[in-house]
Amino acid sequence: MSLLRITSPHAHGPLSTTRVMQTVLLATLPGVAALAWFFGPGVLVNIAVTSFFAIAFEAAALKLRGRPVLRTLDDHSAVVTATLLAIALPPYSPWWLLAVGAAAAILLAKQLYGGLGYNPFNPAMVGYVVLLISFPVQMTTWAAPRGLTAELPGLLDALRACFDPASFDGATMATPLDLLRQNSDQSLAALYEATPQLGAWGGVGWQWVSLGFLAGGLWMLYRGIFTWHAPVAMLAALAAMAALFYDGGGPGSGGSPLFHLLSGATMFGAFFIVTDPVTSAVSTRGRLVYGALIGVLIYLIRTRGNYPDAVAFAVLIMNFAAPFIDYYTQPRSYGHARGGRP
Amino acid sequence: MRRVHAFHGGVHPPENKAQSLAAPIQPAGIPPQLVLPLAQHIGAPAQPVVRVGQAVRGGELLAEADGFVSVPVHAPTSGTVSAIEERPVPHPSGLPAPCIVIDTDGADAWAPLAPLPEAERADPTKLRERIQGAGIAGMGGAGFPTAVKLSPGPGKTIETLIINGTECEPYITADDTLMRERAGDIVAGTRILADLLAPREILIGIEDNKPEAIAAVRAAADSDMEVVVFPTKYPSGGEKQLIEILLGKQVPSGGIPADIGVVCQNVGTAVAVHEAVALGRPLVSRVTTVTGEAVAHPGNYEVLLGTPMGWLLERAGVDSERARRLVMGGPMMGFSIPEPACPVVKTTNCLLVPTEAELPTPPPAQACIRCGLCAEACPATLLPQQLYWFAQGKEYDKLEGHNLFDCIECGACSYVCPSHIPLVQYYRASKADILARRRESEKADHARERFEARQARMERLAAEREAKRAERKRAAEAKAKAKAEAAASEGAGGTDDAQAAATADPIQAAIERAKARKAALAAGTAGEPADRLATLSANVDTIAKRLAAAREKLDAYDGGEASVAEALKRGVEKTEEKLARAEAELREAREGASEEA
Repeated sequence: MSLLRITSPHAHGPLSTTRVMQTVLLATLPGVAALAWFFGPGVLVNIAVTSFFAIAFEAAALKLRGRPVLRTLDDHSAVVTATLLAIALPPYSPWWLLAVGAAAAILLAKQLYGGLGYNPFNPAMVGYVVLLISFPVQMTTWAAPRGLTAELPGLLDALRACFDPASFDGATMATPLDLLRQNSDQSLAALYEATPQLGAWGGVGWQWVSLGFLAGGLWMLYRGIFTWHAPVAMLAALAAMAALFYDGGGPGSGGSPLFHLLSGATMFGAFFIVTDPVTSAVSTRGRLVYGALIGVLIYLIRTRGNYPDAVAFAVLIMNFAAPFIDYYTQPRSYGHARGGRP
Repeated sequence: MRRVHAFHGGVHPPENKAQSLAAPIQPAGIPPQLVLPLAQHIGAPAQPVVRVGQAVRGGELLAEADGFVSVPVHAPTSGTVSAIEERPVPHPSGLPAPCIVIDTDGADAWAPLAPLPEAERADPTKLRERIQGAGIAGMGGAGFPTAVKLSPGPGKTIETLIINGTECEPYITADDTLMRERAGDIVAGTRILADLLAPREILIGIEDNKPEAIAAVRAAADSDMEVVVFPTKYPSGGEKQLIEILLGKQVPSGGIPADIGVVCQNVGTAVAVHEAVALGRPLVSRVTTVTGEAVAHPGNYEVLLGTPMGWLLERAGVDSERARRLVMGGPMMGFSIPEPACPVVKTTNCLLVPTEAELPTPPPAQACIRCGLCAEACPATLLPQQLYWFAQGKEYDKLEGHNLFDCIECGACSYVCPSHIPLVQYYRASKADILARRRESEKADHARERFEARQARMERLAAEREAKRAERKRAAEAKAKAKAEAAASEGAGGTDDAQAAATADPIQAAIERAKARKAALAAGTAGEPADRLATLSANVDTIAKRLAAAREKLDAYDGGEASVAEALKRGVEKTEEKLARAEAELREAREGASEEA
């Protein structure tokens, strides 16, 4: 008998980090499918190209840091970061934009801090913000949705847009959030009448994309990948802020709660970004606070700030605050009096 | 129906209990050799009372308890003591420990058993003595001496006696079969424990995955015992968790259940108590589950304590080729046994021999992604991922601030960790580090206190010396002055004044006399040694007489004024010192004289 000497526990649950990452990737499918359906295959090319760069940068960084390359790549975290970044970027982005975004996300936000688990800021959101600040023109050009444009670009067009940007000239349109910001002097009813891309609730295409990400998120919740606290707190806080300042849909209104929930990156952010465990608060109470404050910040930046969407900025600001929140929301341990502080 | 409460966290690992439940408890038999560790419990190891070569019968005392937190060891069968030496024992440290080795003779001859007489069963002290004397330590796995738990101490009343039949660890079915087959004994033992503690309520807690055991215990239970069934979840059987489930109360951090009026005992312990009291049979065997895919006949065996695990595994048909580990206890909290020569002890509730496929070797740990699954699983409501972070950085203050010492090492966090981080191992190591540092700092504090005390003493002595010196100086000056004055007045014509001054100052006169005597002594030194010896011995005699007188005076004084008694005592002490000095001088002088001669 050659006996293995290891400490308890000897049994282990079925979950692994690789499995978690794979589940996240699968959960993006409904949202990505909706994006591809309404805005063409640009998002698919985005994901493929960004993933390629992300894996390349991750492998190079691991090699330079003297870490096991293949075993670490096997955790799939680079692909998850790349996919989330690619989804957030405008479809039909040029390859260099994707490369810069992947570099910022993987090298700057993740590997420089020590790799998976050690990054204080959400890598995908760092990549997004670096691009938004550096290349505002490319980053605020969104494709027109199905139904509002004569013809959606095909896969070949998408590839051309990526690798030979000069030759691509797709139809673009302002996003619903842009429209609302730029026309704050009009009442909501008049605005919905004048602009067809606002659709019924959150914008043509956008509302279905949001519902797709919501479906993926609920599936992950069901699979126990994360708890409900942060996403529900964020959505509730955002809806509450929108309801508070709705003002009956008059000219000063920031948009209805439903509009805010189903437009822009709300659902994507709530279930794929806010739930990033590495950069969020840890305890359940902490995650409630963390999510709620992100929701409030999203609304404030969307309606009072300079940028049309705000998920990335809100998340990064709250990433700063996560350790602080953790400190003040430490749960009461067994056998300790209520309200005990470290 | 009692409302059961939920506790935070917990996990649901595959139960794997059916394998070992197919057959009833079967006796494992008598192995050729028994190895009985002197410490099968928590506390001081027992002290051997037998010699090598001595023949023993079953039930005879081999080693007696060493103090309150200790239990004795008895012979499980008849044979000869062949060695008292260090042998490998089942302990997480893997270190060998002193054992009594018995070569069995197979006759299984027993010393006559003496049940505790009915009349003495009402006396808690007698009961506790019997329970300790029978060598009973908690049989659920921890092995804490049972009699200690049954002595809650003055001022603590026990409201609730809990009998723990939870057995939440996967694979283990020893308590389950015990409850199915010996429910009557469990109830009888519970009755004895209840008589001892006089609790307000008696609860028998069982997880709902043991319907047969529940039915058997319910059928056997007395009317004042309540069988409480609650949902299966690991680690419901942890003492603190079980108390929360049944009572909704938490044991204060750092405290024991008796602090909130609760005593918890395992069902196996209850049976052992029953046998010790009603039958007079000491604890010499226990029910052990032998299971895992590498054994052909998994089941529950009644095993003599000291039976080598390898021998028991052979009986259960172990496939040594496929056996990948040998775990004593369950897969969540059990520890690896380094070699099968280790004996079964009082806490061996299970021997688990899994194959590689069954419990695979863990893959290398990946980075912590702070997913928080561990925090959700933690039954102590800790933040395991934060603790892991601090443990890596050796931030001991933060570890303690995050209540590391409330960790019960149940393994739920490691079980759920998707990155396969051996979290519990980090906590164990950190706890050991912190305890070692505490001991170090206590030692350092002690040394510092001693140093400071010495420093203060030295300073005080120096100050006293200085004061004396100053006193002498003043006296000398005064004397010189007096002399000068005397000389001056003599010069003026007349010795009367000087004499008058001398008589006027009796202390000065006494000093003068002493000086004169000393001078005479010194002169003696210069003179004949025989003279000097005579002077010195006369001196010793004088001082001895004076001492006797002073002692008499002290004895005669009947108290009254404390300061007077104190002064008398001081006088005696001083005289004693003087006598010692004089004697030493005399001795020296004698030695000197003999050398000269």
